Amino acid sequence: MKILVPVKRVLDYNIKARVKADGSGVELAGLKMSLNPFDEIALEAAIRLKEAGQATEVAALSCGDAMVQEGLRTALALGADRALWVSSTEELQPLSVAKLLHAVVLREIPGLVICGKQAIDDDANQTGQMLAALLNWGQATNAAEIQVGEGRVDVVRETDGGTETLRLILPAVITTDLRLNEPRYATLPNIMKARKKPIEILTPEELGVMVEPRLKTLRVQEPPQRPAGVKVDSVATLLARLKNEAKVI
Amino acid sequence: MENRILLVAELGPDGHLKSSIRSLLTAAKSLKGDIDVLVWGGDTTSAVVEAQHLPGIRQVLNGSGPALADGLAEMLCALVRPLARQYTHILTAATAIGKNWMPRLAALEDVAMVSDIVGVESPDTFIRPIYAGSIWATVCCPELLKLMTVRTTAFPGLEGEGMDPVTVENLPCPAALLQSTRIAVHAHAQEGRPSLENARVVVSGGRGLGSAQHYEALLGPLADELNAALGASRAAVDLGYASNDVQVGQTGKVVAPDLYIAIGISGAIQHLAGMQTSRVIVAINKDPDAPIFAVADYGLVGDLNILVPELTAALRK
Ligand SMILES: Cc1cc2nc3c(=O)[nH]c(=O)nc-3n(C[C@H](O)[C@H](O)[C@H](O)COP(=O)(O)OP(=O)(O)OC[C@H]3O[C@@H](n4cnc5c(N)ncnc54)[C@H](O)[C@@H]3O)c2cc1C
Repeated sequence: MKILVPVKRVLDYNIKARVKADGSGVELAGLKMSLNPFDEIALEAAIRLKEAGQATEVAALSCGDAMVQEGLRTALALGADRALWVSSTEELQPLSVAKLLHAVVLREIPGLVICGKQAIDDDANQTGQMLAALLNWGQATNAAEIQVGEGRVDVVRETDGGTETLRLILPAVITTDLRLNEPRYATLPNIMKARKKPIEILTPEELGVMVEPRLKTLRVQEPPQRPAGVKVDSVATLLARLKNEAKVI
Repeated sequence: MENRILLVAELGPDGHLKSSIRSLLTAAKSLKGDIDVLVWGGDTTSAVVEAQHLPGIRQVLNGSGPALADGLAEMLCALVRPLARQYTHILTAATAIGKNWMPRLAALEDVAMVSDIVGVESPDTFIRPIYAGSIWATVCCPELLKLMTVRTTAFPGLEGEGMDPVTVENLPCPAALLQSTRIAVHAHAQEGRPSLENARVVVSGGRGLGSAQHYEALLGPLADELNAALGASRAAVDLGYASNDVQVGQTGKVVAPDLYIAIGISGAIQHLAGMQTSRVIVAINKDPDAPIFAVADYGLVGDLNILVPELTAALRK
């Protein structure tokens, strides 16, 4: 079974995002970019399934401009067998990415697609579900555990009330939550080797997918800030202020 | 053209309508149009009656049957899709369930969807947080069918009752699918405390608690004194101090109680994303430079092992 793992390169989670001076977008120039943490978890899950003999190949895929190749190199260094780049300079929104993935799935015929549950830049949490819809495959989002069986996969997923286990008929789409695994680090020799591996290039035109953005971002801004608070010197003062000033207890 | 709005409600484990529907009503009011409410589940008997009395709605749609009991995305799409194009807007809460099915419906209908809105500027322009809430984007959605999940903490619940109960239309329950089935549920017992989503006070613990035993022994009595729900940082959940469903943050739950007490939590941006619109924030942390103090109305610097029992004891008096 082949596993396809879509990956996105995003502003590193340790860096505070700021609005560009002219308010037209988010400042990314010169800032550290990394693989979306949820995609690293997805990749790790796929690699572990291959190591356990339950998958034969892990293909990583990324959509976007030439910079996304960096993310694919990281994926190769971590253990992906192949890297596919859908080259586009368009702003790619979740529906477009899902359509590109759909077209690639029809060519590659993976038994499983494992995606991150959300990308930490747009926080949309849509692409995996949209892909499952286009393929008419079953979906299990927020995965905390994956057990592949004969022709099926059992997924423990995190819900608002605890967890639940879904049994999906393969092929299927899974999206990963934080506690599925702890991704490994790429070793230096693997990073060096990954530099030399080929990246297969595709285009939206070749895949027959229209990727024009549908949603229009009119502006971005900092959210309203909280007024500065105070430090209090004792539990007694804290309680007095919560009672008399804030009136919350 | 008059807008036609569908709000898809959620039921609690007790079969009652969740209060999030009232936040959806508030969001829908600014969309200006007729509002229908869809109630779905394995048994919707009480929820349908509750929905019939919601203020300002036109009618209730009822999707009830065994195939809907598990809330699978595939089934919810099968229920909602046949009606979807009768509406200009479909809204549901940005819960684990809403985030699961709505993007699936969006792709089936070939429309771009807007996630997690915190504001409505006009019937086609919405505000949504990006980058863990450190930035807000104003987004125009030109689709004829606008699909949105709503961050309910950003919309105060619409109060009141309708004069007369509105009519109910029963929908056919879709046939079960083989593609996916739910084979087990592991519900996390709340131990008599209010739920995180509805609590007026939330007591939240982080890595600073040091162990699961400390988390419960220190935070439990404080929560009980305040009739509060317990919450946690990701670190506390990862370390097994608390259950995954009480994680607050970018990738957990978003809460906005009257009082949020962060104990032994550093205040990473991913945590702030889930609590920074709380009315009053208190932080207890031994590190005076912890970022949590930047959003706290009241900060107490010191060892939580001493301060928390002291606070609980003082409240008891
Ligand atoms: C993709 C992604 C998503 C994430 N999503 C979330 C999310 O949804 N929610 C979330 O919370 N985090 C999330 N995180 C993790 C986040 O970045 C932080 O790592 C996490 O919030 C830290 O938890 P913490 O504050 O409990 O631990 P720490 O950062 O380790 O802080 C512990 C704090 O306890 C204090 N302390 C220690 N001992 C004591 C004592 N005896 N008395 C008083 N204070 C003490 C310390 O001074 C410190 O400030 C996410 C991260 C990533 C990468």
